[in-house]
Amino acid sequence: MATAASVGSALDELATAAGGAAVEAGEGDAVAGVRPRYVATPGSTDEAAAVLRVAAARGLQVVVRGRGTALHWGVPPRGVDLVVGTERLDQVVEHVAGDLVCVVDAGTTIDALNAEAGRHGQQLALDQPVPGSSVAGAMATTRSGPRRLLYGTPRDLVLGITMVRPDGVVAKAGGKVVKNVAGYDIAKLLGGAYGTLGLVTRLVVRLHPLPPESRWMRSTLPLPEAASAALALTGSQLAPSAVEVRREAGADEADVLVLLEGTQRGVAARSDAAAGLLGQEAQVADVATADLARIDAEPADVVVKVAVPLTGVTAVLAAARDVEQGQQVRCRVQGSGGSGVLMAVLSGESVADVAAAVERLRAAATGGSAVVLQAPDDVRAHVDSWGPVGGLDLMRRVKDEFDPDHRFAPGRFVGGI
Amino acid sequence: MTTHPTSDQAEQSTARHGPDDTPTGADDARADGAAVAALIRRLTESFGERSVLTDEAQRRTYECDGLAAYSVVPAVVVLTTNAEQVREVVATCHELGVPFVARGSGTGLSGGALPVADGALIVLSQMRDILHVDPLAQRAVVQPGVINLDVTAAAKPHGYYYAPDPSSQQICSIGGNVAENSGGAHCLKYGFTTNHVLAVDMIAPDGQPSTLGTVAPDSPGYDLLGTVVGSEGTLGVVTEVTVRLTRLPEKVTTLLAGFRSTDDAGTATSAIIGAGVVPAAIEMMDQLAIEAAEEAVQCGYPQGARAVLVIELDGPAPEVDAQLDEVLRHCEEAGAFEVRQAQDDTERALIWRGRKSAFAAVGRISPDYIVQDGVIPRTALSEVLHRIDELADEAGIRVANVFHAGDGNLHPLVLFDAGQDGETERAEEVSGSILRLCLEHGGSITGEHGVGADKAPYMAEMFGPDDLDTMQLLRCAFDPRHLSNPGKVFPTPRLCGERPGRRQGAHPLQEAGLAEVF
Repeated sequence: MATAASVGSALDELATAAGGAAVEAGEGDAVAGVRPRYVATPGSTDEAAAVLRVAAARGLQVVVRGRGTALHWGVPPRGVDLVVGTERLDQVVEHVAGDLVCVVDAGTTIDALNAEAGRHGQQLALDQPVPGSSVAGAMATTRSGPRRLLYGTPRDLVLGITMVRPDGVVAKAGGKVVKNVAGYDIAKLLGGAYGTLGLVTRLVVRLHPLPPESRWMRSTLPLPEAASAALALTGSQLAPSAVEVRREAGADEADVLVLLEGTQRGVAARSDAAAGLLGQEAQVADVATADLARIDAEPADVVVKVAVPLTGVTAVLAAARDVEQGQQVRCRVQGSGGSGVLMAVLSGESVADVAAAVERLRAAATGGSAVVLQAPDDVRAHVDSWGPVGGLDLMRRVKDEFDPDHRFAPGRFVGGI
Repeated sequence: MTTHPTSDQAEQSTARHGPDDTPTGADDARADGAAVAALIRRLTESFGERSVLTDEAQRRTYECDGLAAYSVVPAVVVLTTNAEQVREVVATCHELGVPFVARGSGTGLSGGALPVADGALIVLSQMRDILHVDPLAQRAVVQPGVINLDVTAAAKPHGYYYAPDPSSQQICSIGGNVAENSGGAHCLKYGFTTNHVLAVDMIAPDGQPSTLGTVAPDSPGYDLLGTVVGSEGTLGVVTEVTVRLTRLPEKVTTLLAGFRSTDDAGTATSAIIGAGVVPAAIEMMDQLAIEAAEEAVQCGYPQGARAVLVIELDGPAPEVDAQLDEVLRHCEEAGAFEVRQAQDDTERALIWRGRKSAFAAVGRISPDYIVQDGVIPRTALSEVLHRIDELADEAGIRVANVFHAGDGNLHPLVLFDAGQDGETERAEEVSGSILRLCLEHGGSITGEHGVGADKAPYMAEMFGPDDLDTMQLLRCAFDPRHLSNPGKVFPTPRLCGERPGRRQGAHPLQEAGLAEVF
């Protein structure tokens, strides 16, 4: 959108706004394959606001970048002039251990936050499907992992935000207390919005105590039994922190894993009870939650986030096997059987076959959704990345209010938003 | 900031006492008489006279919600029985430019369901069907007028319950809970309404129906559901709600601990939370609140206690047992002089009866009272309680404290006698000062009762103009004409479509006579 004649001065203005931290973009700055012209990395909310005012005045298309761990998620933008990186917004601003609340800059990594919180026996209980995420990046893309069953997702853990609107205005919403119903929950609106409504610069998050004891238990079961075991564990009174299912490509069986957290005494007793629900093969599993959370996908793979009612996990596992039978496709499934949110990792030679497999998974997700997080361009061209979305007309109206010129991550979100 | 008449006293004046402004319930949307008459005619034709109340005596029964000091008689009351009827009312209101307010059971404490004088009141309390209970999927689908506790009653035979438990759960509706993002004593561990609602069917203020969210989690697109929950009826009218059901815990243990001071009780609370225990609930009552409860329901709390804690632990039996040891130790170390453990459901109910009756019970010891709802960081508890005492002493007013200690949600009850000269004003001053005290400590003006008509003037003290303006962008997307529950939550509405520095000439709505500039 910026004209060639204004290149020099645009960069100058951005640099001035960002405290000197604006450069011409390099190859590594591409957003899902689309290369921007500039990258600005403001070091404060004020600088971020100044940067976005320059972008607004010049009509620049903007993509917000957390730590860049999931820029390949979502549809490639229709265009991007400016990437605003948050890596300099990296401070843990305030940690009030007694209140189990922490204020962090948007670009702070979850790991850095947890290093600080851990010193007080606390944690941001948010697993990382992609390691190295910033807190705001995880929120913008609704990332979660095994322990979402107990602790929820960024939606449940973010108490307040400071944001810069596309017009450069700074606004706050929510607060620093766990309980607060004053005004609209704008933090929820920005969560999962893929940066299409503005730039989050600071967050207040809720922390949880680190449990004294935690233990994973595992069993390998035939597919239908695996789904039933996951359902039984989720519906038990054992209060598991995670119930995972993992089916490797080509397998007729799946691992069911359950995480129990609590006191030493309690976890020991609950493990015995969980073993009863996992069947004869049940055993203590020497696995790290962080490893289970990670999606190991190659750049050529397609990653689909499939969300279903708890009773729909069986159908997703069956569909994963079906797509392998009919087509030359491999489909691995892993995720939270206990909350009905699974990741399918697909690979195959034929674009049409992989695209058909995505549609088959979507069809299996009755009452839920199947969103293509990651896919090579040729596959993206053949599938609807987001699938059907309720309330799309209202969503367009919200976009029009926050970003009337559609400059923020244009085309990246649902319905071409 | 409003007074609760504790008995059937003569109608109190509706004079309001905000810091500078007074909400009237209809600042920003006005309909002319002809439009209202047309609305009544059309709805009567569609629904019949029995569902469209125009008689003044009938309309007057809906003039207020649980905050009785505000009252406005609506122009028409519409009793709806299904989503299609709600759609028709809202669409007709939109077409004619008539404002509307949705009402569930009318138990709200912030005047959120206060009617608009020249508008329609849409009563949803007849939409009371539990449509579906699916224990395996841990979901229930209910109509908005369903009573909160009835969801639990329907789920309990399957081993499940609906977790959000506002004190009014025997009469409040799920639709009202969605509007207010209601909490309750157990939200410390289990979260609020927003954490337990998966989807809603909604009629937007222009009459268009939408489904927001899905029965599965993480539905794609903007989290409009997350913004509608807690929007206090300003973004539309919800006609169906899909909620999460929670597995009943294997074990529940309820404790009552008596302390010699609120400081000691606060120390115990901090120690318990600091030890990594997340109880299902930690509630505190001070001496005055205990006295009132004792007089009202003879709950038998420890003699001479200056403060009590009600602590509930739930979960797998071995975890509850381990936590119990920890909690008992911290209570004793903090100076608890008596700790009782409920031995059965009857004893548990007795412990909770004192706590749950507290609001109403202060009516026994004071002719009038204000229920306040503010939030502070838990670490500021001791300091804030002392400041509240000082504020009360300075004003010569008594304040009883009942609150959710675990999450810092205070419910100071400001006691006064409206019959005494100047006492009402002094009580309201204390009540307002308490809110400012919460804000000074980085807290909130409301933890669960909502902003409603009552606290709209205080929003500008908690949020800056740009913060409020940003919230208004959302309002403008849903309701550009401010027809849905106008005058609530926000002190000054935004003229939608306005783009600072860009627009020239009169706004189209203004030209059309549909909006005024403020």
